[in-house]
Amino acid sequence: MSTVKLTVNGKQVAVEVEDRTLLVHLLRDHLNLTGTHVGCDTSQCGACVVHIDGRAVKSCTVLAGQADGSSVTTIEGIAKGDELHPMQAAFRDNHGLQCGYCTPGMIMSAIDIVHRHSAQLDEATVREELEGNICRCTGYHNIVKAVLDAAGRMKLAQAAE
Amino acid sequence: MGIEGIGASVVRKEDKRFITGKGRYVDDIKLVGMTYAHFIRSPHAHAKVRSIDASGAEAMPGVIAVLTGKQLVDDKIGNLICGWAITSKDGSPMKMGAWPAMAPETVRFVGQAVAVVIAESKNLARDAAEAVVVDYEELPAVPDMPSALKAGAPQLHPEAPGNVVYDWSIGDEAAVNAAFAKAANVVSLELTNNRLAPNAMEPRAAIADYDTAEEHFTLYTTSQNPHVARLVLSAFYNIAPEHKLRVIAPDVGGGFGSKIFIYPEEMVALWASKKVGRPVKWTGDRTEAFLTDAHGRDHISKAEMAFDANNKIVGLRVKTHANFGAYMSLFSSSVPTYLYATLLSGQYDIPAIYAEVMGVYTNTTPVDAYRGAGRPEASYLLERMMETAARQLKVDPAELRRKNFITQFPHQTPVIMAYDTGDFNASLDAALKAIDYAGFPARKAQAQAQGKLRGIGFSCYIEACGIAPSKAVGSLGAGVGLWESAEVRVNPVGTIEILTGSHSHGQGHETTFCQLVADRLGVPISQVQIVHGDTDKVQFGMGTYGSRSAAVGLTAILKAMEKVEAKAKKIAAHQLEASEGDIVIENGEFKVAGTDKAMALPMVALAAYTAHNLPDGMEPGLKETAFYDPTNFTFPAGTYICELEVDAKTGKTSFVNFVAADDFGRLINPMIVEGQVHGGLVQGIGQALLEHAVYDGNGQPVTASFMDYAMPRADDVPSFKLSHTTTLCPGNPLGVKGCGEAGAIGASAAVINAITDAIGNKKLEMPATPDRVWHAING
Repeated sequence: MSTVKLTVNGKQVAVEVEDRTLLVHLLRDHLNLTGTHVGCDTSQCGACVVHIDGRAVKSCTVLAGQADGSSVTTIEGIAKGDELHPMQAAFRDNHGLQCGYCTPGMIMSAIDIVHRHSAQLDEATVREELEGNICRCTGYHNIVKAVLDAAGRMKLAQAAE
Repeated sequence: MGIEGIGASVVRKEDKRFITGKGRYVDDIKLVGMTYAHFIRSPHAHAKVRSIDASGAEAMPGVIAVLTGKQLVDDKIGNLICGWAITSKDGSPMKMGAWPAMAPETVRFVGQAVAVVIAESKNLARDAAEAVVVDYEELPAVPDMPSALKAGAPQLHPEAPGNVVYDWSIGDEAAVNAAFAKAANVVSLELTNNRLAPNAMEPRAAIADYDTAEEHFTLYTTSQNPHVARLVLSAFYNIAPEHKLRVIAPDVGGGFGSKIFIYPEEMVALWASKKVGRPVKWTGDRTEAFLTDAHGRDHISKAEMAFDANNKIVGLRVKTHANFGAYMSLFSSSVPTYLYATLLSGQYDIPAIYAEVMGVYTNTTPVDAYRGAGRPEASYLLERMMETAARQLKVDPAELRRKNFITQFPHQTPVIMAYDTGDFNASLDAALKAIDYAGFPARKAQAQAQGKLRGIGFSCYIEACGIAPSKAVGSLGAGVGLWESAEVRVNPVGTIEILTGSHSHGQGHETTFCQLVADRLGVPISQVQIVHGDTDKVQFGMGTYGSRSAAVGLTAILKAMEKVEAKAKKIAAHQLEASEGDIVIENGEFKVAGTDKAMALPMVALAAYTAHNLPDGMEPGLKETAFYDPTNFTFPAGTYICELEVDAKTGKTSFVNFVAADDFGRLINPMIVEGQVHGGLVQGIGQALLEHAVYDGNGQPVTASFMDYAMPRADDVPSFKLSHTTTLCPGNPLGVKGCGEAGAIGASAAVINAITDAIGNKKLEMPATPDRVWHAING
């Protein structure tokens, strides 16, 4: 057993976990942050994507201990109170989700994609960048639309700040 | 229609919880004192279980119990059932072997459970499972249908000689033979429909909680139909009587058919919860999903189509072998029979059809309904046949189809189905226009100049949805009625709860069902709540599958709404001292037509519950229920056209354009309908290009993770151009047909027809991987 200290959604936490515990299980089982999902166990589907120090990471592929000292943001931590993150709003407005299971990971990946490609995001780039997130419901059509829409909204929000 | 009424693309009410991480799926639920189950599964495709030594595991700290199949039998827990009886052409009933939830003696597919460990944590259960020693005696296995049907092949079940479950037929063989005898041309085709793994993104999970004082079970489960689960668990598996079993299907992360069925794990969790006296949770991992979720498709077919000299179809003859895997899953028997062969007329006027279907056991995961269930197999066969015929007869594929379209409705096919309405020319025309078919030859020539092989492929599909009426499906062998139920509760302050037996696991019912209420009563959808997925709350329900939730489930709500409205009008008339016939409902008010007298809905509701001044003899309250059984299936139909390019050097295909023109009748929420089509199309494209559940010669699955099974990803598929044509369904008052499966039914044939067009009509099977396409080009 080890104590892992990290910041999750802005709050400092210290959690006693078995050494083999994965970050996704620390979040889900110990902190009850069940918005981060497990879809495949082989780092293929991306349902478990969170941000570690601002970068999108598959939390099923990180030992909780490896995240010691870092700052983790999950799907529960991106809205500002009642104000949705532009990516969340874009997913809703473009019908970019159906069953909702892949959605948290999609949104967390998509935010990172927009950050990394702020200047020139096009459909082909979004599709290529979403390679690590699998959705079985939407056929990706509306997810791609949502990400492109959100990229515009995030740019506007940034300009306003 | 109003901004939130029928026909409006209202954004979904349910989305907020999903986009903020507040969805509540089974694995998100924790109960006090919860224990964790881990199943021990057979690594062999066929073996005797000689012994199970759990002593090492039982001695490990945190291990509560190791339970085996033998104990399950000792406790008289029933075997899994198949709920649709099929009769072979010789009149004999289908031949089924027993399927115990954990195998006491013989395992028949890799992944079949033989024992379960219950422990204080997931990790402890998994660790202890490693310490359980199962001694197997391996038996020869049959991994596929050709080997299962060979003389002298290993037998799976003594009840099914030759590994044949049934040998069934439909149609008039003599009429077909006569048609072929006179035919000017006969076109032949052999094809396989590749086995698929459904892969809803949420793996199956169950939490069972036994209350020793009340002798009552609660089961949280990933189900598309919680009432059906309760019915089957009670009536057949001897878990508990219905009033002592509550089944809750909370948020469910996709189904696609695979979560219709009642699987061993849920049964075992319930039984184990009583055994250990604590809640038991099981959450499957992805490999368990590949090993145990019912697979889809897996047909091998031979077909012949006869044409007269005028290129009119005069007959169709089909012989299909359908793989059921090692056991008969809940609705498996109906899929290659009544959901497949009854659709072999497609959109065409075919005077004589004869189809034979042999159901076969193999040492593989059981096969059952997967998005479309039988109808994709029919559509794929027929649409590849039409394309092959067009090439052989040297006619335009669109024109050959048009020449043979059914144009008069109702139309009785020779294979049971009576199509109620449709306009197949309209959807073909819409698709031809959307893809600019006239410009295709020029585009093909241009691609050729750049060294690319360009092809275009059609698919004019039809499907039978709703899966009803009960009387009809009962006469065909179904073990259940396939109606739907609803309850409409207008609360004293005028808010409304709709309780429905349909289950939403991505379909958006919490929005679309509210739209009906908004449409009829003129209240905002924020005033309406949809309640589903809990047998303690909802009176009954048959669940969601077969694109039935709008046509059957929503119509049940409409029927209950009509009763509520009738009573509310009586109350309003009484209060307003007007005649009941003069009351009209507008914008949330009950008005006396032609006057300014009106009562808002909350006032009518309050009057119903205070009951101070109701018409003589009227019961208080404003709540009504309905059970709705349709008069026919519904028949969504449409045309999909795929244009793509093949790189002859690598065999890789790239989409140029994909258009879909569907006729779903009336659309409740076009945004949601289009989302359903997008998802279905990608499942169809996935089948055509990527997906294949593969077994090796010993029955070992070689595609049991996302590392090995090619799921469609964002960069594998195009964006789509959708359009709609409309003929209203006459079978239900809303005129809706259903849209959930169309994409998966129609897409695969369009893709393969386009590739074979590009490479010059070579034999090609799905999935058309670059390797297969390259070999098809290069021989």
